[in-house]
Formats: sequence, structure tokens, C-alpha cells
Amino acid sequence: MAEIPEACPENTIDRRDSAWVIDKAVQVLVFVGGVSAVIFIFGIFVFITLEGLDFLQNRFNAKEFFFSIEWRPTSERQPTYGALALIAGTASVTGLAMVVSVPFSLGAAIFIGEFARGKTREILKILVELLAAIPSVAWGFIGLSIMNPLIIKLFDVPLGLNVLNAGVILGLMAAPIMTTIAEDALKAVPDSYREAAEALGATHWQVVRRVVLPAAKHGLVAAVLLGVGRGFGETMAVLMASGHSINIPTSPFDSVRALTATIAAELGETTYGSEHYGALFTLGIFLFLVTFAINLAADVLVRRRGPTKL
Amino acid sequence: MSRHSLIILCALGWIACGGGDSARRAVIQNKGSDTLVNVAQAWAEAYKKVNPNVAVAVSGGGSGTGISALLNGTVDIANSSRRLSDEELRLAEQKGFTPVEFIVGYDALAVYVHKNNPLDSITLGQLAEIYGEDGSITRWSQLGVTVPGCDSDEIVLVSRQNNSGTYFYFREAVLGEGRDYKLGTRDMHGSKDVVDVVSRTPCAIGYSGLAYATSEVKMLCLAQSEGRPCTVPSEETAADGSYPISRPLFMYTRGEPKGTVKEYLDWILSDEGQCIIQKKGYAAARPVRCD
Repeated sequence: MAEIPEACPENTIDRRDSAWVIDKAVQVLVFVGGVSAVIFIFGIFVFITLEGLDFLQNRFNAKEFFFSIEWRPTSERQPTYGALALIAGTASVTGLAMVVSVPFSLGAAIFIGEFARGKTREILKILVELLAAIPSVAWGFIGLSIMNPLIIKLFDVPLGLNVLNAGVILGLMAAPIMTTIAEDALKAVPDSYREAAEALGATHWQVVRRVVLPAAKHGLVAAVLLGVGRGFGETMAVLMASGHSINIPTSPFDSVRALTATIAAELGETTYGSEHYGALFTLGIFLFLVTFAINLAADVLVRRRGPTKL
Repeated sequence: MSRHSLIILCALGWIACGGGDSARRAVIQNKGSDTLVNVAQAWAEAYKKVNPNVAVAVSGGGSGTGISALLNGTVDIANSSRRLSDEELRLAEQKGFTPVEFIVGYDALAVYVHKNNPLDSITLGQLAEIYGEDGSITRWSQLGVTVPGCDSDEIVLVSRQNNSGTYFYFREAVLGEGRDYKLGTRDMHGSKDVVDVVSRTPCAIGYSGLAYATSEVKMLCLAQSEGRPCTVPSEETAADGSYPISRPLFMYTRGEPKGTVKEYLDWILSDEGQCIIQKKGYAAARPVRCD
């Protein structure tokens, strides 16, 4: 056997040239980018907690906060901070939004993922993503100037700024993200499943209903949960379309006020550090915890979404 | 923002002119009420032509913001849509000065209804029963009218977000000391939004600045009490005090104004300055004739 060539000389040479420097710099940069999300989320939580802490310690009354609808932070007699109506407002609008958007977005996802082919599919995907790019103030404007008179005319109610209006608008806003995630979930189901089912003589719809949907179950639930999270956190459109009125809704035609909208409307002119300021941050903490829980649940489901046993 | 751009402009000007004349340019800092901010900016803009050597930096932030800036000495003139409180006067005294008050104009709050609403006038007492907590008036028929397009007969209350100066003023002037609004009012985030919603909603009633009136809404004639003559809101009735819900708009200085600040305030109170506030839809501090 011929003499083995000496070990690659590169290993011993100092290669700290510009390429090496760039490589290291990019590594650091990417690392910072990666951990920044953690830092930001943690920083935001610390910030809103600190701002709300004074109120939480000295004034917060869980019974009032969760069970009273009396949100009168600037009353001269006795300021009260009951968030029940605000929570009910957010919940009712988000709930209706889901009723509107779940069938549409799951339908769209199934069509795009399972039925549409070629160009149709690509165009539809682009359009759905385009829908997500419409700014929320534009949605709010649609609610204010198109939906409002339409609802008054169709249902003969005094004011069209209500749960129905905000729910429909929010449903349309949440639909793109739900469609995209749901379609990803369908795509994650291996083709071998479909092929096996088709080989057994199942029709296209049977394949989708009996095989693909059950297999993508977790991903689909995650898609819906992300939609709920989107609805909970949306501010501008809800502020404009919901009527912004403290009220426990008993019908879709009642005006309501959302948690986010309350913060947006009142924080701007509140004295820094006042009780009202702290109360608004307490609403913020509550919102943060709820959306965090929803997103976490969705995330856990997405991670588990790999093909489920049938 | 405008203050920053002014500072930058000043800095640029100083460099461009080699620090010559423009270095002597005086800057008046002016801050406060959001109701007044548009007018204050218009004044500052127009004053550039009157006295190019004085720059007025205007910013909003609310009456409270302006007053605390005055107390801290960071502004020369504070804009406010309310009088200083006793607490604020005491604080000023502690800091060694007496705030001097100038009434620069009046803002009348008009009560708006839909243009098809047959109602023409209303009393302050009725308004309090409509807007106040536990108030007895909830239907248009209680006011003796049937509103076309409002089959439910329900009065839809349009109000403002609970920290706006307009909200405070209406509460104090109409509902009276210590009375809160009814829950369930539609709280709009701006004077214009109130008029906007009322114009689209036959059942609605709302209050907002006189300056925001459009042809799509109707302003109600307001009476002090039942049986008294009512007054239509206008720049004249706001200025002469006959309209019951008009409020003075103030500017405050740290002690008697001197030099450029005094000249500026004198100019604001002159016919030229007063015509500007009138053009912005508010009432002048005194009757003036403008083109």
C-alpha cells in the first residue's frame, strides 16, 4: 500500500480569514435574532406587569374585576374597575368570529389542499395570503361605513355597530391565518395514506373525510386556536366596529366593548402612573395571559400533529 | 412631532446661516389641550409671517400634560380646555409663580341628532335624564317625537371615551356634580366620530364640538329648563355666554408674560388671531369681524 498522504494541511493552518470572520459574525447575528424573540416576550411581560403592579397590589379587587360590569375609571364619585363587560365583549365578538370563519377557512383549506390543482391552487393561496395583508384599520373602516348601514337595513336595528358587525369583520381577518395553518396540517398527512385509501376504492370525499381530516386533527384544532388568539388580540377593527359600549350582550345586535379596544381608547390620555393607568395595564396582563395560553395550547398541538393513529 | 421638526429646522437654519441672525431667533414652547392643538398650530403657522424671528413649537397631549409642563417650567404657554385646579395653583405657588390666565376662545358643545329627527329643542334636564346614570328617558317617544327610520324608538346614546376633556365637561355641565353617565353609551374616540355615527344612525343622539357639524346631522336648540327659551349653538351664542354648554379655552403663562411671549399672546387676542380660531370652527373670545 502506498504511503498515506499526510493529513489535510488545512486542519493545522490558521484559517481566520475574512470568510471565517463573516461566518462567525453571521452565527452571532443569527443567534441574537433567535433569542431576541425570547428576550422581547419576556421583556414585554415584565414591562406590563411592572406598570400594572401598583394597581394589582393596592387597588385590585378580583371580585370587582371579574364579576362587575361597572367600568368607571374616571368617575368623580368612586372609580370602579369591573371588567366583566369587557371580557364578555371580547369573548362574544371572538366567538361569533369563529362561527363565521371556522367553516370558511377549513373549507378553503380542504379545497386548496385536497381538491384544487395547479394554477387554481396557486392563485387561491396567493389570494388568501393577500387577505391577511389588509391592515386592520381598513377592516374597521369597512365595518363602520359599509357593514353598519347594511346591518341597520337588513335587520332593522337602531345601530349597526355591534357584535355581529365586529364578529364578521374579525372572522374575515382571522380566516387567512386559519386557512394557511389548516392547509399546512393537511399537507403534513403523508400521501401514502391517501393512496392506500384510494386503493381500497374510496372516493375523493371519503378519503378526505375518513382519512385526511382525522389524521390532521391536531393541526386543524391548532389552526382554530390561533384564529381565536388573533381575535382576542385584535384591536383597531373591533374598536371601530363593535360600538364600544359597556354592555353584556344578549343578542348579536348589542354593542359591546372589547378589552383591547378599551386599552387603545383610554391609555393615550391617562395620566402616567395613575390608578386608571394601572388598571389598563392590568387588563393588558390579563389579555397577555389569555393569548399566551391559547397560543401555547395551539403550539403544543402543532408539535403533536404528526399523523395520528387512525 | 412638530416640536422636534422645529428643533431640527432651527438647527439646520443655524448651520446654514453660519450662526448669524437666526441664532437670535426666539422659540416659544406651547403645549397642552388636544381641543386647542389644531388652532394653536394654525396660530404658530400664521405667526411666522407676522414675526419671522419667533418660532412657536406646538404640541398636544391634553390639558393636564400642558399644565404639568408649565409647572415644571418646560413650556412658556400651556393650552387648556379647563381652569387650573386648586391643587395645581398651590403647586405653582410652591414653585414661586402665579399662573396667568388668558381666555383665547370658546368651544360650544352641540347636541346632535340625525337629520331626519323631528326634534328641534331639548332642555338640560332632559339631557341629564337621557345621559345620566339611572336617568328616566330611554325612548324618543318620551320626548314626544317619532323618529323616522328608528322603529325601535330606543335612544342610542353616543358619547366619548372616558378621559377626553369633552366627556368631563359634558358630565360636569349637563349631568351635574358627581353624577356618572349611564353604562352602555357608545363611546367614540374622537369628536368627528361622534358626528359620523349620529349621521348614520336615525336613533342616535350625541354631543360634540360645534366645529364638527355637517349637513348630515341636526343641532338641537338647548334650553336651560322647561319653559325657558332655547338657544341655538353658534359662535355668537358661545361667545356671549347665552348658550348653556360652551366652555372657555385657556392659555396659561408663568407669571405676567414678557417680551416675545407677551407679543405672541397679544397677537392671538388681536383681530387677526381671533379670526383664525373662528375659522377653525370655535368661537372667538370677543366679537370680531372677519372676511
